[in-house]
Amino acid sequence: MQLNRRSFLKYSGGAVASSVIGLGLGTNEAAAELAGPLAIQYARETTTICPYCAVGCGLIVHSRGNEVLNIEGDPDHPINKGTLCSKGSSIIQLRDNAQRITEPMYRAKGAKEWQKVSWDWALDQIADRVKAARDSSFIATNAKGQVVNRTDALASVGSAALDNEECYLLQKMLRSWGLVYIEHQARI
Amino acid sequence: MKRKAFLIDTTRCTACRSCQVACKQWNKLTAEDTVNRGSYENPPDLTPQLYNQIHFIEQDRGKDMRWLFINRRCQHCADAGCVKVCPSAGALYHTPDGLVGFNQDKCIECHYCVNGCPFDVPRYDSKQKITKCHACIDRVQNGLLPACVKACPTQTLQFGDRETLIAGAKAAGKKLYGENDLGGLGVLYVLDDEPDTYRLPKNPAIPASIFFWKDVVKPLGILGFWGAVGVAALHYVTVGPKRIEDEPEDKSPKGGE
Amino acid sequence: MTNHWIDIRNADVVLVMGSNAAENHPISFRYVLEAKEHGAKILSVDPRFTRTSARSDVYAPLRSGTDIAFLGGMIKYIVDNDLCHREYLQLHTNATFLVDPRFQMPGELDGLFSGYDLDKRSYDKSSWSFQRDANGVPKTDPEMQDPNCVFQLLKKHFSRYSLEVVSDITGTPVEKLNEIYQVYGATGKAGKAATILYAMGWTQHTVGTQNIRTMAIIQLLLGNIGVAGGGVNALRGESNVQGSTDHCLLFHILPGYLPTPKASLKDLTTYIEKTTPQTQDPLSANWWGNRGKYMTSLLRAHFDTGLSAADEFGYQLLPKLDDGQNASWLMLFDKMLRGQFKGFFAWGQNPACSGSNANKVREALAKLDWMVAVNLFDNETASFWKGPKMDPAQIDTEVFFLPVAASYEKEGSVTNSGRWAQWRYQAVQPLGNSLHDSELMNELQHRVRQRYARDGGAFPDPILKLSWNYGYKGFDGKIGKMDIHAVAKEINGYFLEDREIKGKLYKKGDLVPSFAFLQADGSTLSGNWLYCNSYNASGNNMARRSHKDPSGIGLYPEWSWCWPVNRRILYNRASVNAEGVPWDKEKPVIWWNGNGWKGDVPDGGWKPLNQAGTKKSFIMLPDGVASIFGAGMKEGPFPEHYEPLECPIEKNPLSGTKNNPAMKLFYEGEEKLPEDVYYSCDQRYPFVATTYRVTEHWQTGLMTRNTPWLLELQPRMFVEMSPELAEDRRVKNGEVVKVSSGRGSVEAVAIVTRRFRPFKVQGTTIHQVGLPWCYGWSTPNVGDSANLLTPTAGDANTMIPETKAFMVNVEKMKG
Repeated sequence: MQLNRRSFLKYSGGAVASSVIGLGLGTNEAAAELAGPLAIQYARETTTICPYCAVGCGLIVHSRGNEVLNIEGDPDHPINKGTLCSKGSSIIQLRDNAQRITEPMYRAKGAKEWQKVSWDWALDQIADRVKAARDSSFIATNAKGQVVNRTDALASVGSAALDNEECYLLQKMLRSWGLVYIEHQARI
Repeated sequence: MKRKAFLIDTTRCTACRSCQVACKQWNKLTAEDTVNRGSYENPPDLTPQLYNQIHFIEQDRGKDMRWLFINRRCQHCADAGCVKVCPSAGALYHTPDGLVGFNQDKCIECHYCVNGCPFDVPRYDSKQKITKCHACIDRVQNGLLPACVKACPTQTLQFGDRETLIAGAKAAGKKLYGENDLGGLGVLYVLDDEPDTYRLPKNPAIPASIFFWKDVVKPLGILGFWGAVGVAALHYVTVGPKRIEDEPEDKSPKGGE
Repeated sequence: MTNHWIDIRNADVVLVMGSNAAENHPISFRYVLEAKEHGAKILSVDPRFTRTSARSDVYAPLRSGTDIAFLGGMIKYIVDNDLCHREYLQLHTNATFLVDPRFQMPGELDGLFSGYDLDKRSYDKSSWSFQRDANGVPKTDPEMQDPNCVFQLLKKHFSRYSLEVVSDITGTPVEKLNEIYQVYGATGKAGKAATILYAMGWTQHTVGTQNIRTMAIIQLLLGNIGVAGGGVNALRGESNVQGSTDHCLLFHILPGYLPTPKASLKDLTTYIEKTTPQTQDPLSANWWGNRGKYMTSLLRAHFDTGLSAADEFGYQLLPKLDDGQNASWLMLFDKMLRGQFKGFFAWGQNPACSGSNANKVREALAKLDWMVAVNLFDNETASFWKGPKMDPAQIDTEVFFLPVAASYEKEGSVTNSGRWAQWRYQAVQPLGNSLHDSELMNELQHRVRQRYARDGGAFPDPILKLSWNYGYKGFDGKIGKMDIHAVAKEINGYFLEDREIKGKLYKKGDLVPSFAFLQADGSTLSGNWLYCNSYNASGNNMARRSHKDPSGIGLYPEWSWCWPVNRRILYNRASVNAEGVPWDKEKPVIWWNGNGWKGDVPDGGWKPLNQAGTKKSFIMLPDGVASIFGAGMKEGPFPEHYEPLECPIEKNPLSGTKNNPAMKLFYEGEEKLPEDVYYSCDQRYPFVATTYRVTEHWQTGLMTRNTPWLLELQPRMFVEMSPELAEDRRVKNGEVVKVSSGRGSVEAVAIVTRRFRPFKVQGTTIHQVGLPWCYGWSTPNVGDSANLLTPTAGDANTMIPETKAFMVNVEKMKG
């Protein structure tokens, strides 16, 4: 610690203050005080499962309104019993995060940047493109004359990050469009 | 009230570092920009935004090797140099559980605690206020485990009544570091090697100057301003610029720590 | 996993090989250490000393891509030292079966099995079959002495894998091999169990499936499958990669592992006839004999239930592959680069970093007309057009980025590696204007349907007849809010007509209790038979939270729900002898009490094997027993060591067949693309490399690089290497180096560490390096993906890319 004039004065002032309080309380130990109620005390608790590896650890999300206050391991979960790894301990930052994309974006042909767009516009544009690609590429029968009813011009990859119900819906939707190029993380 | 303590069994640690992150989440500490220095260890040391840290140690043992991990943090000493030296009552204090807490509102930014700590723990934040592991006092006093202990998947970190933890470790035939040092540390270690391997002082002690301060000078605090001036001068004479006890000779990054 | 996470605590030996459980599945180590406390030995086999190795009793290094040699040596050790669990082998495996005398093995055919066709790079498997009696039941020699019996063939085949030969291939010191073989082999005794924890370290090889087969053979030899603390346990890497596989977001299977229709399977009857496995053995349950029920119920769930048997319940509405058409990952991106696709969805995935030969993937994306990227964060796939070496002005791909909810912003189930489907609830609304994935699908499905209803188009029927009844529909026919429970119920299934089964009446609309109740006549609906029982009259079983564990071995039968039918340990009927008495009396999984099975849900409820009316214990296989001889494999019924496609040695020490003879080669023929280059035994790329994950990041790092606390822990791309290699390349710890392969290069911080040791192989020193693949250019200053280095090469059976063994160079960066 190098003392310059300014900090020297600061320390001196501090010592005065401390000497006064010190007299009042006698010892530092007596300064111990009970912490107030926890920020999470009256929060809503929601159980969830960690989005990272497939151990499937339980988590409790503490929230108030639409704000997440805290996320920690679910002590009732028989696998992780309240514990988590560094990734599991960090997932509040998936929401408390300025990098999260929260508006649909579009990149036009040759464009150098993204632009924000509305959901309605984006979804209509995609639906148009799915139909156009499907219609122009649809294979009703193959070279051997067998009925195949598919398109080889559309493909999809993902996703092990989806819930089961979403995985089921996704494959159901894609297959109804005639896709056979459907793959995801399990292959790699 | 029974004294509480941490038991850190390094033989169970997998260095997943949930302790580092869980602490940051609960205590609302921000991430820092770090660099890879040829090591997994990051941040490289305790900082005002990092209250506990896993230190990685690679050991070459001929044909085989070992990779040791240790959780570094405030040792919550009974005879705590930081508390002793602190001139501002209530800035550093022992809780009724025997843990060492801090109160930034009362911190006067004197940095004496840095020199008073044989473990090189206290840090000062951007507001020049004391920071360090406070054992999640808010959680503990509400019946919860400290965030790091709660998160630890391998029970490397345990927390509870100090006597019970000691009895349990001894019953399991484990040797403890810190049982009697400095009035008994509030962080007991089960080590896989000698303390100096882990950069722990073999016989931790409070710098001699601190006794002088605590027992002789501090009571004179009532003398006020001039007393403080004297102390500052005295500190400079007896302790000198900030120096850490048992500072490792070479702090440059080592191969693949 | 055949078993589950908590069960690891029941093991006497834990082998962690092909995975790095402490780092990538940290909570697993809670149970590994619990086993260790009870006296279990922990074995770590890895090219590099890891955080797993740090907590293990024995660490053995091996050169990447030589696992079959390592494990083949273990098979030889077990057989030579008579450590097999003979009774288990006789009861539960095909070790006693007699093989066609024409069958020949690599020892005789220089690394090949009989029937190889070099031009087709595939086998005629006719000689790989069993001798059968007049009824079609395989002939056996219960004493396993016949030279043509599987056990004797196995012994002969692996007799070539001596300690010295293995050590010379793997680089593992002989004493380490011995130590590990001895510890592991000791679990062949009844009442002892060893478990294997593996992951992508085994699958991502051109011999990936055979790596796992080799271990499965070991587990069967030792009687370790079906028992507590045993099994063959794939540690799956993503929260729902098990569920997404079960629901078959894959080209070759429909939900519940039903094969996708092919052109030659022209109608539903043909499909069922040709894809349903047959058995002549009255003792084989042949559970897949139920395929027709499952497929019919799946069709009922997918399409308008007004369709009848005459309409094949909508079978023709499903797309069909051409016979032989491979639409798997590597092929998909190969075709994309060749311009086959107009549109592409990257839904919660970042192939620009996760795909092997990532430069090829990135170039391929530029050939698309449009792409839809669905994610939480911007990433290298969505923004590929502004990545390295890209000129946005020259790239015509339109990209839509659709932001969706994080895991705790939505409700639904995810299936963990132990097959537990666990329910998660929604804590808060999706952030900002992001949507639930299910709502996004609802929107897309509706808008496409609307267009076909309005304008017609190519074969609109599959779209117009798709059933999509997951909530109240507005005037426009669109569901206002998706009810995820309705989806979960459809996956489970319900009755479409009143039906009396086993004396109980089920009304139309009732949920089906379990898959044994599914029908082939169209009277039941089930989106995925494997999940039938997950959501039934007892409610949403996936949401259960009871701590009851009557077994005492950690089964927790009323916590969540586990497929199939809540069976927590697969193949558990192999955990008992012919009388139904458990091999392990202290940790029984199931046991016969004279009237019925107790313990876990038995793998088929039939009586013990010594009683009339029994069925064999491996109910999913037509022969009813586990396959030590596995004729279903592409490259041979027994595993054989082949070198990785890119490797450091000129010759396979075991034979003249260097690489997997049945894998697809992307480098042969006229169609070869310039992106697909390989450099084996080439001075320009002299070092073996492998890729891996770290605790602090996940997959491509898309989520974790955007999590500041995690980026703080592991801030930048690195490459680990031995001090010897660093010395050779004049590299100091912490310096930045360039790692390059024939396909690309990355900059990385050198971590110089004795955790990597040079290998002694074939009398030469071979260096290996390792790199994580969790970085990407879209995060500033972290470096790029290790997959820029990896090759386009796939496993012969699964086409999973070989990203765990390839060749690179390491150079110090100038300046």
